[in-house]
Amino acid sequence: MGKIWRYGDNVDTDVIIPARYLNSTDAKELAAHCMEDIDTEFAKNVQQGDIIVADENFGCGSSREHAPIAIKESGISTVIAKSFARIFFRNAINIGLPIVEHKEIPDDAQAGDELEVDLGNGIVKNLTKNKTYQINPFPPSIQKLIEAGGLVEYTKERVKR
Amino acid sequence: MTRAMTITEKILADHAGLEEVKPGDLITARVDITLANDITGPVAINEFRRIGVNKIFDNERVVFVPDHFTPNKDIKSAQNAKLIREFAKEQGLKNYFEVGRLGIEHTLLPDQGIVCPGDLVIGADSHTCTYGAIGAFSTGVGSTDLACAMASGETWFKVPETIKVIFNGKLNKWVSGKDLILHLIGDIGVDGALYKSLEITGSTIDNLPIDGRFTICNMAIEAGGKNGIIPADAITEEYVKNRCQRPYKFYRSDENAEYCRVIEYNTEDIEPTVAFPHLPENTRPISKVGNIKIDQSVIGSCTNGRLSDIKEAAEIFAGRKVHPDVRLIVLPGTQEIFLESMKLGYVEKIVNAGGVFSTPTCGPCLGGHMGILAEGERAISTTNRNFVGRMGHPKSEVYLSNPAIAAASAILGRIASPDEL
Repeated sequence: MGKIWRYGDNVDTDVIIPARYLNSTDAKELAAHCMEDIDTEFAKNVQQGDIIVADENFGCGSSREHAPIAIKESGISTVIAKSFARIFFRNAINIGLPIVEHKEIPDDAQAGDELEVDLGNGIVKNLTKNKTYQINPFPPSIQKLIEAGGLVEYTKERVKR
Repeated sequence: MTRAMTITEKILADHAGLEEVKPGDLITARVDITLANDITGPVAINEFRRIGVNKIFDNERVVFVPDHFTPNKDIKSAQNAKLIREFAKEQGLKNYFEVGRLGIEHTLLPDQGIVCPGDLVIGADSHTCTYGAIGAFSTGVGSTDLACAMASGETWFKVPETIKVIFNGKLNKWVSGKDLILHLIGDIGVDGALYKSLEITGSTIDNLPIDGRFTICNMAIEAGGKNGIIPADAITEEYVKNRCQRPYKFYRSDENAEYCRVIEYNTEDIEPTVAFPHLPENTRPISKVGNIKIDQSVIGSCTNGRLSDIKEAAEIFAGRKVHPDVRLIVLPGTQEIFLESMKLGYVEKIVNAGGVFSTPTCGPCLGGHMGILAEGERAISTTNRNFVGRMGHPKSEVYLSNPAIAAASAILGRIASPDEL
Protein backbone atom coordinates (compact mmCIF):
# COMPACT_ATOMS: atom_id res chain seq x y z
CA MET A 1 0.00 0.00 0.00
CA GLY A 2 1.25 3.45 -0.81
CA LYS A 3 0.38 7.05 -1.48
CA ILE A 4 0.00 8.35 -5.03
CA TRP A 5 2.34 10.90 -6.59
CA ARG A 6 0.33 12.12 -9.59
CA TYR A 7 1.89 13.42 -12.81
CA GLY A 8 0.58 14.16 -16.32
CA ASP A 9 1.55 13.31 -19.90
CA ASN A 10 5.09 13.00 -21.31
CA VAL A 11 7.08 12.88 -18.06
CA ASP A 12 10.53 12.79 -19.66
CA THR A 13 13.70 11.23 -18.30
CA ASP A 14 15.34 14.68 -18.11
CA VAL A 15 12.91 15.68 -15.37
CA ILE A 16 13.00 12.25 -13.72
CA ILE A 17 16.76 12.70 -13.32
CA PRO A 18 18.35 15.82 -14.83
CA ALA A 19 21.59 15.29 -16.79
CA ARG A 20 23.52 17.51 -14.38
CA TYR A 21 23.44 14.56 -11.97
CA LEU A 22 24.42 11.91 -14.53
CA ASN A 23 28.09 12.18 -13.65
CA SER A 24 27.12 9.72 -10.90
CA THR A 25 25.95 6.13 -11.16
CA ASP A 26 25.22 5.90 -7.43
CA ALA A 27 21.55 4.99 -6.93
CA LYS A 28 21.23 6.95 -3.64
CA GLU A 29 22.69 10.10 -5.15
CA LEU A 30 20.38 9.81 -8.15
CA ALA A 31 17.33 9.21 -5.93
CA ALA A 32 18.12 12.38 -3.96
CA HIS A 33 17.38 14.40 -7.14
CA CYS A 34 14.56 12.30 -8.58
CA MET A 35 11.77 14.39 -10.21
CA GLU A 36 13.49 17.55 -8.96
CA ASP A 37 12.75 19.72 -12.01
CA ILE A 38 8.98 19.17 -11.95
CA ASP A 39 8.39 18.45 -8.25
CA THR A 40 10.78 19.70 -5.61
CA GLU A 41 8.73 17.96 -2.87
CA PHE A 42 9.10 14.46 -4.29
CA ALA A 43 12.59 13.47 -3.14
CA LYS A 44 12.05 15.08 0.27
CA ASN A 45 8.72 13.46 1.06
CA VAL A 46 8.42 10.19 -0.89
CA GLN A 47 7.84 7.18 1.39
CA GLN A 48 8.84 3.58 0.88
CA GLY A 49 6.02 1.88 -1.05
CA ASP A 50 4.56 5.03 -2.63
CA ILE A 51 3.31 4.85 -6.20
CA ILE A 52 3.75 7.15 -9.18
CA VAL A 53 0.66 7.49 -11.37
CA ALA A 54 0.94 9.33 -14.67
CA ASP A 55 -0.84 9.70 -18.00
CA GLU A 56 0.56 8.99 -21.48
CA ASN A 57 4.18 8.37 -22.58
CA PHE A 58 5.85 8.17 -19.17
CA GLY A 59 9.65 8.12 -19.38
CA CYS A 60 10.01 9.60 -22.86
CA GLY A 61 13.32 11.01 -24.10
CA SER A 62 16.77 9.84 -23.14
CA SER A 63 17.66 6.14 -22.73
CA ARG A 64 19.28 6.80 -19.35
CA GLU A 65 18.70 3.82 -17.10
CA HIS A 66 19.49 6.23 -14.26
CA ALA A 67 15.80 7.28 -14.49
CA PRO A 68 14.16 4.00 -13.38
CA ILE A 69 17.10 3.44 -11.01
CA ALA A 70 16.41 6.81 -9.31
CA ILE A 71 12.69 6.06 -9.06
CA LYS A 72 13.25 2.60 -7.65
CA GLU A 73 15.84 3.77 -5.12
CA SER A 74 13.56 6.61 -3.97
CA GLY A 75 11.22 3.97 -2.56
CA ILE A 76 8.55 3.97 -5.27
CA SER A 77 7.04 0.47 -5.41
CA THR A 78 5.23 0.74 -8.76
CA VAL A 79 4.78 3.19 -11.62
CA ILE A 80 1.33 3.14 -13.21
CA ALA A 81 0.77 5.05 -16.44
CA LYS A 82 -1.60 5.06 -19.40
CA SER A 83 1.44 4.35 -21.60
CA PHE A 84 5.22 4.17 -21.28
CA ALA A 85 7.94 5.27 -23.67
CA ARG A 86 9.51 2.08 -25.00
CA ILE A 87 13.09 2.44 -23.74
CA PHE A 88 11.86 3.30 -20.24
CA PHE A 89 9.53 0.29 -20.38
CA ARG A 90 12.43 -2.07 -21.17
CA ASN A 91 14.74 -0.45 -18.63
CA ALA A 92 12.16 -0.73 -15.84
CA ILE A 93 11.63 -4.45 -16.52
CA ASN A 94 15.39 -5.02 -16.78
CA ILE A 95 16.18 -3.44 -13.41
CA GLY A 96 13.12 -4.81 -11.63
CA LEU A 97 11.02 -1.65 -11.21
CA PRO A 98 7.40 -2.83 -11.39
CA ILE A 99 5.34 -0.94 -13.97
CA VAL A 100 1.69 -1.19 -14.90
CA GLU A 101 0.14 0.07 -18.11
CA HIS A 102 -3.51 0.91 -17.48
CA LYS A 103 -5.90 3.37 -19.09
CA GLU A 104 -8.44 3.77 -16.25
CA ILE A 105 -6.42 3.85 -13.01
CA PRO A 106 -4.85 7.26 -13.78
CA ASP A 107 -8.23 8.83 -14.61
CA ASP A 108 -9.51 8.25 -11.06
CA ALA A 109 -6.21 8.74 -9.26
CA GLN A 110 -5.38 11.93 -7.39
CA ALA A 111 -2.22 12.89 -5.56
CA GLY A 112 -2.30 11.49 -2.04
CA ASP A 113 -4.84 8.70 -2.73
CA GLU A 114 -3.99 5.39 -1.07
CA LEU A 115 -3.38 2.61 -3.58
CA GLU A 116 -2.95 -1.10 -3.05
CA VAL A 117 -1.09 -2.98 -5.81
CA ASP A 118 -1.17 -6.78 -5.96
CA LEU A 119 0.88 -7.66 -9.03
CA GLY A 120 0.74 -11.40 -8.33
CA ASN A 121 -3.04 -11.47 -8.59
CA GLY A 122 -3.27 -8.62 -11.08
CA ILE A 123 -5.38 -6.37 -8.87
CA VAL A 124 -5.03 -2.68 -8.06
CA LYS A 125 -7.29 -1.00 -5.49
CA ASN A 126 -7.70 2.72 -5.01
CA LEU A 127 -8.67 2.67 -1.33
CA THR A 128 -9.44 6.38 -1.21
CA LYS A 129 -11.82 6.17 -4.18
CA ASN A 130 -13.01 2.67 -3.26
CA LYS A 131 -12.36 1.32 -6.77
CA THR A 132 -10.84 -1.97 -7.91
CA TYR A 133 -9.08 -2.61 -11.22
CA GLN A 134 -7.86 -5.72 -13.04
CA ILE A 135 -4.45 -5.49 -14.67
CA ASN A 136 -3.28 -7.63 -17.56
CA PRO A 137 -0.24 -9.85 -17.04
CA PHE A 138 2.89 -9.25 -19.14
CA PRO A 139 3.39 -11.48 -22.20
CA PRO A 140 5.08 -14.82 -21.30
CA SER A 141 8.52 -13.81 -22.64
CA ILE A 142 8.62 -10.76 -20.39
CA GLN A 143 7.26 -12.83 -17.47
CA LYS A 144 10.23 -15.14 -18.04
CA LEU A 145 12.63 -12.20 -17.64
CA ILE A 146 10.91 -11.06 -14.47
CA GLU A 147 10.83 -14.58 -13.03
CA ALA A 148 14.54 -15.05 -13.79
CA GLY A 149 15.19 -11.96 -11.65
CA GLY A 150 15.80 -9.47 -14.45
CA LEU A 151 17.66 -9.47 -17.74
CA VAL A 152 21.13 -9.98 -16.27
CA GLU A 153 20.08 -13.19 -14.50
CA TYR A 154 18.25 -14.34 -17.64
CA THR A 155 21.35 -13.66 -19.78
CA LYS A 156 23.60 -15.53 -17.32
CA GLU A 157 21.61 -18.65 -18.14
CA ARG A 158 21.66 -18.00 -21.89
CA VAL A 159 25.41 -17.41 -22.20
CA LYS A 160 26.10 -20.62 -20.24
CA ARG A 161 24.47 -22.69 -22.97
CA MET B 1 6.28 -17.42 -50.39
CA THR B 2 6.95 -15.28 -47.34
CA ARG B 3 4.66 -12.43 -46.36
CA ALA B 4 5.28 -8.99 -47.79
CA MET B 5 7.49 -7.12 -45.36
CA THR B 6 8.75 -3.62 -44.59
CA ILE B 7 12.48 -2.81 -44.47
CA THR B 8 12.40 -2.98 -40.68
CA GLU B 9 10.67 -6.37 -40.69
CA LYS B 10 13.18 -7.74 -43.23
CA ILE B 11 16.22 -6.62 -41.24
CA LEU B 12 14.77 -8.02 -38.01
CA ALA B 13 13.86 -11.32 -39.70
CA ASP B 14 17.34 -11.72 -41.22
CA HIS B 15 19.03 -11.03 -37.88
CA ALA B 16 16.72 -13.45 -36.09
CA GLY B 17 17.42 -16.18 -38.65
CA LEU B 18 13.75 -16.27 -39.63
CA GLU B 19 12.07 -16.42 -43.03
CA GLU B 20 9.56 -13.82 -41.95
CA VAL B 21 8.35 -11.80 -38.99
CA LYS B 22 5.18 -9.82 -38.36
CA PRO B 23 4.33 -6.98 -35.99
CA GLY B 24 3.93 -8.23 -32.42
CA ASP B 25 6.33 -11.17 -32.82
CA LEU B 26 8.87 -11.45 -30.00
CA ILE B 27 12.22 -12.37 -31.49
CA THR B 28 15.82 -12.82 -30.42
CA ALA B 29 18.10 -11.14 -32.94
CA ARG B 30 21.83 -10.95 -33.58
CA VAL B 31 23.25 -7.43 -33.24
CA ASP B 32 25.92 -6.04 -35.56
CA ILE B 33 27.02 -3.14 -33.37
CA THR B 34 26.49 -2.12 -29.74
CA LEU B 35 27.23 1.45 -28.67
CA ALA B 36 27.55 3.23 -25.35
CA ASN B 37 28.74 6.66 -24.21
CA ASP B 38 30.29 8.03 -21.02
CA ILE B 39 26.91 8.30 -19.25
CA THR B 40 25.40 4.94 -20.13
CA GLY B 41 28.70 3.05 -20.55
CA PRO B 42 29.73 2.86 -16.89
CA VAL B 43 26.33 1.43 -15.92
CA ALA B 44 26.56 -1.06 -18.81
CA ILE B 45 30.07 -2.14 -17.79
CA ASN B 46 28.94 -2.72 -14.18
CA GLU B 47 26.02 -4.84 -15.41
CA PHE B 48 28.30 -6.70 -17.83
CA ARG B 49 30.53 -7.69 -14.89
CA ARG B 50 27.52 -9.22 -13.11
CA ILE B 51 26.79 -11.56 -16.04
CA GLY B 52 29.91 -13.52 -15.30
CA VAL B 53 31.55 -13.75 -18.72
CA ASN B 54 35.06 -12.42 -19.19
CA LYS B 55 34.91 -11.34 -22.81
CA ILE B 56 32.56 -9.25 -24.86
CA PHE B 57 31.11 -11.03 -27.90
CA ASP B 58 33.26 -9.25 -30.51
CA ASN B 59 35.95 -6.63 -29.98
CA GLU B 60 35.22 -4.92 -33.31
CA ARG B 61 31.50 -4.62 -32.73
CA VAL B 62 31.32 -3.26 -29.18
CA VAL B 63 31.79 0.49 -29.50
CA PHE B 64 32.36 3.16 -26.84
CA VAL B 65 32.29 6.88 -27.57
CA PRO B 66 32.75 9.06 -24.47
CA ASP B 67 31.19 12.18 -25.97
CA HIS B 68 28.72 13.53 -23.41
CA PHE B 69 30.77 15.06 -20.58
CA THR B 70 34.15 15.13 -22.37
CA PRO B 71 36.67 16.72 -22.33
CA ASN B 72 35.75 15.84 -18.76
CA LYS B 73 33.77 18.53 -17.03
CA ASP B 74 34.47 17.41 -13.47
CA ILE B 75 36.10 14.71 -11.36
CA LYS B 76 33.10 12.37 -11.38
CA SER B 77 32.82 12.41 -15.15
CA ALA B 78 36.58 11.89 -15.41
CA GLN B 79 36.21 8.77 -13.23
CA ASN B 80 33.48 7.48 -15.55
CA ALA B 81 35.62 8.12 -18.64
CA LYS B 82 38.51 6.34 -16.97
CA LEU B 83 36.35 3.33 -16.21
CA ILE B 84 35.43 3.06 -19.91
CA ARG B 85 39.03 3.60 -21.04
CA GLU B 86 40.24 0.78 -18.80
CA PHE B 87 37.46 -1.53 -19.96
CA ALA B 88 38.33 -0.77 -23.60
CA LYS B 89 41.97 -1.71 -22.96
CA GLU B 90 41.10 -4.83 -21.03
CA GLN B 91 38.77 -6.04 -23.79
CA GLY B 92 41.01 -4.91 -26.65
CA LEU B 93 38.23 -2.85 -28.21
CA LYS B 94 38.97 -1.72 -31.77
CA ASN B 95 36.35 1.00 -31.63
CA TYR B 96 36.99 3.00 -28.49
CA PHE B 97 37.45 6.68 -29.26
CA GLU B 98 39.55 9.02 -27.15
CA VAL B 99 39.19 12.81 -26.84
CA GLY B 100 40.85 14.37 -29.87
CA ARG B 101 39.94 11.39 -32.05
CA LEU B 102 36.28 11.16 -31.20
CA GLY B 103 33.16 12.86 -32.41
CA ILE B 104 29.55 12.97 -31.37
CA GLU B 105 28.64 9.29 -31.48
CA HIS B 106 25.85 9.37 -34.06
CA THR B 107 27.88 11.48 -36.47
CA LEU B 108 31.06 9.52 -35.86
CA LEU B 109 29.82 5.95 -36.32
CA PRO B 110 28.41 6.24 -39.83
CA ASP B 111 31.22 8.61 -40.88
CA GLN B 112 33.76 5.99 -39.77
CA GLY B 113 31.88 3.24 -41.59
CA ILE B 114 31.29 1.39 -38.32
CA VAL B 115 27.56 1.24 -39.01
CA CYS B 116 26.56 0.00 -42.46
CA PRO B 117 23.30 -0.34 -44.41
CA GLY B 118 21.21 -3.33 -43.36
CA ASP B 119 22.85 -3.54 -39.94
CA LEU B 120 21.01 -4.11 -36.70
CA VAL B 121 22.39 -1.68 -34.14
CA ILE B 122 21.52 -1.05 -30.52
CA GLY B 123 22.96 1.81 -28.53
CA ALA B 124 22.59 2.98 -24.98
CA ASP B 125 21.61 6.38 -26.26
CA SER B 126 18.15 7.22 -27.47
CA HIS B 127 19.39 8.90 -30.65
CA THR B 128 20.89 5.64 -31.91
CA CYS B 129 17.90 5.68 -34.28
CA THR B 130 19.99 8.09 -36.44
CA TYR B 131 21.47 5.25 -38.53
CA GLY B 132 18.12 4.55 -40.17
CA ALA B 133 19.31 7.26 -42.55
CA ILE B 134 21.60 4.74 -44.24
CA GLY B 135 19.05 1.94 -44.16
CA ALA B 136 20.10 0.27 -40.90
CA PHE B 137 17.71 -0.82 -38.16
CA SER B 138 18.97 1.01 -35.12
CA THR B 139 17.37 1.79 -31.81
CA GLY B 140 18.13 3.06 -28.34
CA VAL B 141 18.19 0.79 -25.31
CA GLY B 142 19.20 1.12 -21.67
CA SER B 143 22.48 0.09 -20.13
CA THR B 144 21.34 -3.34 -18.93
CA ASP B 145 19.98 -4.32 -22.35
CA LEU B 146 23.27 -3.16 -23.81
CA ALA B 147 25.39 -5.05 -21.29
CA CYS B 148 23.58 -8.29 -22.07
CA ALA B 149 24.06 -7.77 -25.81
CA MET B 150 27.75 -7.00 -25.22
CA ALA B 151 28.00 -10.44 -23.61
CA SER B 152 25.81 -12.48 -25.92
CA GLY B 153 25.79 -10.62 -29.24
CA GLU B 154 22.02 -10.71 -29.31
CA THR B 155 18.95 -9.06 -27.85
CA TRP B 156 15.17 -9.41 -27.88
CA PHE B 157 12.73 -7.28 -29.81
CA LYS B 158 9.04 -6.98 -30.30
CA VAL B 159 8.59 -6.50 -34.04
CA PRO B 160 7.05 -3.03 -34.39
CA GLU B 161 4.21 -1.94 -36.62
CA THR B 162 5.34 0.54 -39.24
CA ILE B 163 4.02 3.99 -40.05
CA LYS B 164 4.85 5.09 -43.58
CA VAL B 165 5.53 8.79 -43.93
CA ILE B 166 5.65 10.21 -47.44
CA PHE B 167 7.11 13.64 -48.19
CA ASN B 168 6.48 14.78 -51.72
CA GLY B 169 7.45 18.02 -53.38
CA LYS B 170 10.29 20.53 -53.50
CA LEU B 171 11.63 22.09 -50.31
CA ASN B 172 10.82 25.74 -49.66
CA LYS B 173 13.67 28.17 -49.09
CA TRP B 174 15.49 27.59 -45.76
CA VAL B 175 13.63 24.30 -45.24
CA SER B 176 15.73 21.22 -44.49
CA GLY B 177 15.48 17.73 -43.01
CA LYS B 178 15.07 19.31 -39.57
CA ASP B 179 11.89 21.07 -40.61
CA LEU B 180 10.41 17.92 -42.11
CA ILE B 181 10.91 15.94 -38.91
CA LEU B 182 9.74 18.81 -36.66
CA HIS B 183 6.65 19.18 -38.86
CA LEU B 184 5.95 15.45 -38.55
CA ILE B 185 6.41 15.48 -34.74
CA GLY B 186 4.21 18.57 -34.51
CA ASP B 187 1.54 16.68 -36.40
CA ILE B 188 1.61 13.24 -34.77
CA GLY B 189 2.89 14.26 -31.31
CA VAL B 190 5.72 13.08 -29.10
CA ASP B 191 4.03 9.69 -28.72
CA GLY B 192 2.60 9.55 -32.24
CA ALA B 193 4.91 6.70 -33.19
CA LEU B 194 5.18 5.04 -29.76
CA TYR B 195 6.55 1.46 -30.10
CA LYS B 196 6.40 1.88 -33.89
CA SER B 197 8.79 2.12 -36.80
CA LEU B 198 8.77 5.25 -38.94
CA GLU B 199 9.57 4.58 -42.59
CA ILE B 200 10.31 7.89 -44.28
CA THR B 201 9.89 8.02 -48.05
CA GLY B 202 8.68 10.11 -50.96
CA SER B 203 10.13 12.19 -53.77
CA THR B 204 11.49 14.80 -51.32
CA ILE B 205 13.45 12.14 -49.47
CA ASP B 206 14.67 10.58 -52.74
CA ASN B 207 16.37 13.91 -53.45
CA LEU B 208 17.44 14.75 -49.90
CA PRO B 209 21.20 14.68 -49.22
CA ILE B 210 22.45 12.22 -46.61
CA ASP B 211 22.97 14.91 -43.93
CA GLY B 212 19.28 15.82 -43.97
CA ARG B 213 18.36 12.14 -43.81
CA PHE B 214 20.47 11.73 -40.66
CA THR B 215 18.66 14.67 -39.07
CA ILE B 216 15.26 13.14 -39.83
CA CYS B 217 16.04 9.67 -38.48
CA ASN B 218 17.85 11.16 -35.46
CA MET B 219 14.58 12.62 -34.20
CA ALA B 220 12.34 9.57 -34.79
CA ILE B 221 12.62 8.98 -31.03
CA GLU B 222 11.11 12.43 -30.46
CA ALA B 223 7.87 11.00 -31.90
CA GLY B 224 8.29 7.98 -29.61
CA GLY B 225 9.47 5.85 -32.54
CA LYS B 226 11.41 2.63 -32.08
CA ASN B 227 13.37 3.43 -35.21
CA GLY B 228 13.27 5.72 -38.20
CA ILE B 229 14.37 4.32 -41.53
CA ILE B 230 14.92 5.59 -45.05
CA PRO B 231 15.28 3.18 -47.98
CA ALA B 232 18.93 3.00 -49.05
CA ASP B 233 19.56 4.28 -52.59
CA ALA B 234 22.23 5.86 -54.80
CA ILE B 235 22.72 8.71 -52.31
CA THR B 236 23.33 6.13 -49.57
CA GLU B 237 25.74 4.19 -51.80
CA GLU B 238 27.71 7.34 -52.52
CA TYR B 239 28.05 8.00 -48.78
CA VAL B 240 28.94 4.48 -47.61
CA LYS B 241 31.03 3.13 -50.49
CA ASN B 242 34.37 4.43 -49.21
CA ARG B 243 33.47 4.09 -45.54
CA CYS B 244 32.02 0.64 -44.87
CA GLN B 245 34.64 -2.10 -44.81
CA ARG B 246 32.13 -4.90 -44.26
CA PRO B 247 29.66 -6.27 -46.81
CA TYR B 248 26.40 -4.38 -46.52
CA LYS B 249 22.89 -4.82 -47.81
CA PHE B 250 20.22 -2.46 -49.10
CA TYR B 251 16.74 -3.52 -48.04
CA ARG B 252 13.56 -2.26 -49.68
CA SER B 253 10.01 -2.66 -48.43
CA ASP B 254 7.83 -4.95 -50.52
CA GLU B 255 5.19 -3.24 -52.67
CA ASN B 256 2.35 -4.69 -50.62
CA ALA B 257 3.99 -4.49 -47.20
CA GLU B 258 1.58 -3.65 -44.39
CA TYR B 259 1.58 -0.28 -42.67
CA CYS B 260 -0.52 0.61 -39.63
CA ARG B 261 -0.78 4.16 -40.92
CA VAL B 262 0.27 6.14 -43.97
CA ILE B 263 0.83 9.88 -43.64
CA GLU B 264 1.51 12.09 -46.64
CA TYR B 265 2.79 15.65 -46.74
CA ASN B 266 3.29 18.12 -49.54
CA THR B 267 6.53 19.86 -48.62
CA GLU B 268 5.38 23.02 -50.35
CA ASP B 269 3.15 23.47 -47.25
CA ILE B 270 6.13 23.21 -44.87
CA GLU B 271 7.92 26.35 -43.68
CA PRO B 272 11.02 26.48 -41.51
CA THR B 273 9.64 25.13 -38.25
CA VAL B 274 10.39 25.97 -34.62
CA ALA B 275 9.48 23.79 -31.63
CA PHE B 276 8.52 25.86 -28.59
CA PRO B 277 9.20 24.81 -25.00
CA HIS B 278 8.85 22.27 -23.52
CA LEU B 279 8.09 19.56 -26.06
CA PRO B 280 9.34 18.91 -29.61
CA GLU B 281 5.67 18.65 -30.69
CA ASN B 282 4.95 22.32 -29.85
CA THR B 283 5.82 23.42 -33.37
CA ARG B 284 5.04 26.63 -35.21
CA PRO B 285 5.99 27.75 -38.70
CA ILE B 286 8.58 30.54 -38.60
CA SER B 287 5.97 33.04 -39.87
CA LYS B 288 3.95 32.50 -36.68
CA VAL B 289 6.75 32.62 -34.13
CA GLY B 290 6.33 36.25 -33.02
CA ASN B 291 8.95 38.24 -31.14
CA ILE B 292 11.02 35.80 -29.07
CA LYS B 293 14.27 37.30 -27.79
CA ILE B 294 17.14 34.86 -27.25
CA ASP B 295 20.28 34.76 -25.10
CA GLN B 296 22.05 31.86 -26.82
CA SER B 297 22.15 30.08 -30.15
CA VAL B 298 23.49 26.53 -30.35
CA ILE B 299 24.36 25.07 -33.75
CA GLY B 300 25.50 21.46 -33.94
CA SER B 301 24.89 18.18 -32.06
CA CYS B 302 24.07 14.69 -33.34
CA THR B 303 21.03 16.25 -34.98
CA ASN B 304 22.62 19.11 -36.95
CA GLY B 305 26.40 19.08 -36.57
CA ARG B 306 27.34 17.84 -40.03
CA LEU B 307 29.35 19.71 -42.62
CA SER B 308 26.36 21.00 -44.59
CA ASP B 309 24.78 22.30 -41.36
CA ILE B 310 27.90 24.28 -40.49
CA LYS B 311 28.21 25.46 -44.10
CA GLU B 312 24.66 26.77 -44.10
CA ALA B 313 25.24 28.68 -40.85
CA ALA B 314 28.65 29.99 -41.95
CA GLU B 315 27.23 31.43 -45.16
CA ILE B 316 24.62 33.33 -43.16
CA PHE B 317 27.25 34.65 -40.72
CA ALA B 318 29.60 35.77 -43.50
CA GLY B 319 30.17 39.53 -43.08
CA ARG B 320 27.63 39.75 -40.26
CA LYS B 321 27.92 39.93 -36.47
CA VAL B 322 26.27 37.95 -33.70
CA HIS B 323 23.85 40.18 -31.76
CA PRO B 324 25.55 41.80 -28.74
CA ASP B 325 23.14 40.08 -26.31
CA VAL B 326 23.61 36.59 -27.80
CA ARG B 327 26.21 33.84 -27.25
CA LEU B 328 26.73 31.67 -30.33
CA ILE B 329 28.09 28.17 -29.71
CA VAL B 330 28.90 25.81 -32.58
CA LEU B 331 29.40 22.08 -31.94
CA PRO B 332 30.87 20.23 -34.94
CA GLY B 333 29.92 16.55 -35.13
CA THR B 334 33.46 15.21 -35.45
CA GLN B 335 37.07 16.38 -35.58
CA GLU B 336 37.04 15.66 -39.31
CA ILE B 337 34.05 17.97 -39.78
CA PHE B 338 35.86 20.61 -37.70
CA LEU B 339 38.95 20.34 -39.92
CA GLU B 340 36.89 20.51 -43.10
CA SER B 341 35.03 23.53 -41.70
CA MET B 342 38.37 25.18 -41.14
CA LYS B 343 39.72 24.37 -44.64
CA LEU B 344 36.54 25.61 -46.27
CA GLY B 345 36.57 28.87 -44.31
CA TYR B 346 33.44 28.19 -42.26
CA VAL B 347 35.26 28.47 -38.95
CA GLU B 348 36.67 31.85 -39.89
CA LYS B 349 33.26 33.21 -40.90
CA ILE B 350 31.68 32.04 -37.66
CA VAL B 351 34.50 33.20 -35.38
CA ASN B 352 34.68 36.57 -37.13
CA ALA B 353 30.96 36.96 -36.54
CA GLY B 354 31.56 36.49 -32.82
CA GLY B 355 30.74 32.82 -32.36
CA VAL B 356 32.72 30.15 -30.54
CA PHE B 357 33.58 26.62 -31.68
CA SER B 358 33.40 23.83 -29.14
CA THR B 359 35.08 20.44 -29.39
CA PRO B 360 32.70 17.74 -30.63
CA THR B 361 30.62 17.05 -27.50
CA CYS B 362 26.97 16.59 -26.58
CA GLY B 363 27.70 19.35 -24.03
CA PRO B 364 24.87 21.84 -23.73
CA CYS B 365 22.32 19.77 -25.67
CA LEU B 366 21.56 17.77 -22.53
CA GLY B 367 22.52 20.46 -20.04
CA GLY B 368 25.90 18.84 -19.43
CA HIS B 369 28.46 21.59 -19.93
CA MET B 370 29.85 24.07 -22.52
CA GLY B 371 26.86 26.39 -22.64
CA ILE B 372 24.40 25.93 -19.76
CA LEU B 373 21.49 28.35 -19.47
CA ALA B 374 20.79 30.45 -16.37
CA GLU B 375 17.35 31.01 -14.86
CA GLY B 376 15.03 32.76 -17.29
CA GLU B 377 17.38 32.47 -20.26
CA ARG B 378 16.31 31.34 -23.70
CA ALA B 379 18.15 29.49 -26.45
CA ILE B 380 17.45 28.69 -30.05
CA SER B 381 19.11 25.37 -30.73
CA THR B 382 19.53 22.91 -33.59
CA THR B 383 19.50 20.06 -31.05
CA ASN B 384 16.68 17.58 -30.55
CA ARG B 385 14.98 18.16 -27.17
CA ASN B 386 13.48 21.14 -25.38
CA PHE B 387 12.20 19.49 -22.22
CA VAL B 388 12.07 21.39 -18.91
CA GLY B 389 15.65 22.07 -17.79
CA ARG B 390 17.14 20.32 -20.82
CA MET B 391 19.88 22.93 -21.39
CA GLY B 392 20.29 24.10 -17.82
CA HIS B 393 18.12 25.85 -15.26
CA PRO B 394 14.61 24.37 -14.90
CA LYS B 395 13.29 27.87 -15.63
CA SER B 396 15.25 28.28 -18.87
CA GLU B 397 13.76 27.68 -22.32
CA VAL B 398 14.91 25.89 -25.47
CA TYR B 399 13.45 26.45 -28.93
CA LEU B 400 14.40 23.91 -31.62
CA SER B 401 15.10 24.84 -35.23
CA ASN B 402 17.29 24.18 -38.25
CA PRO B 403 20.78 25.76 -38.54
CA ALA B 404 19.67 28.59 -40.86
CA ILE B 405 17.07 29.82 -38.38
CA ALA B 406 19.50 29.42 -35.46
CA ALA B 407 22.10 31.46 -37.38
CA ALA B 408 19.70 34.26 -38.37
CA SER B 409 18.36 34.36 -34.81
CA ALA B 410 21.88 34.73 -33.40
CA ILE B 411 22.37 37.78 -35.59
CA LEU B 412 19.00 39.40 -34.92
CA GLY B 413 18.78 38.54 -31.21
CA ARG B 414 15.32 37.03 -31.68
CA ILE B 415 13.98 33.96 -33.44
CA ALA B 416 13.88 34.84 -37.13
CA SER B 417 14.35 33.65 -40.68
CA PRO B 418 17.43 34.56 -42.75
CA ASP B 419 14.93 36.33 -45.03
CA GLU B 420 14.80 39.11 -42.43
CA LEU B 421 18.51 39.83 -42.63
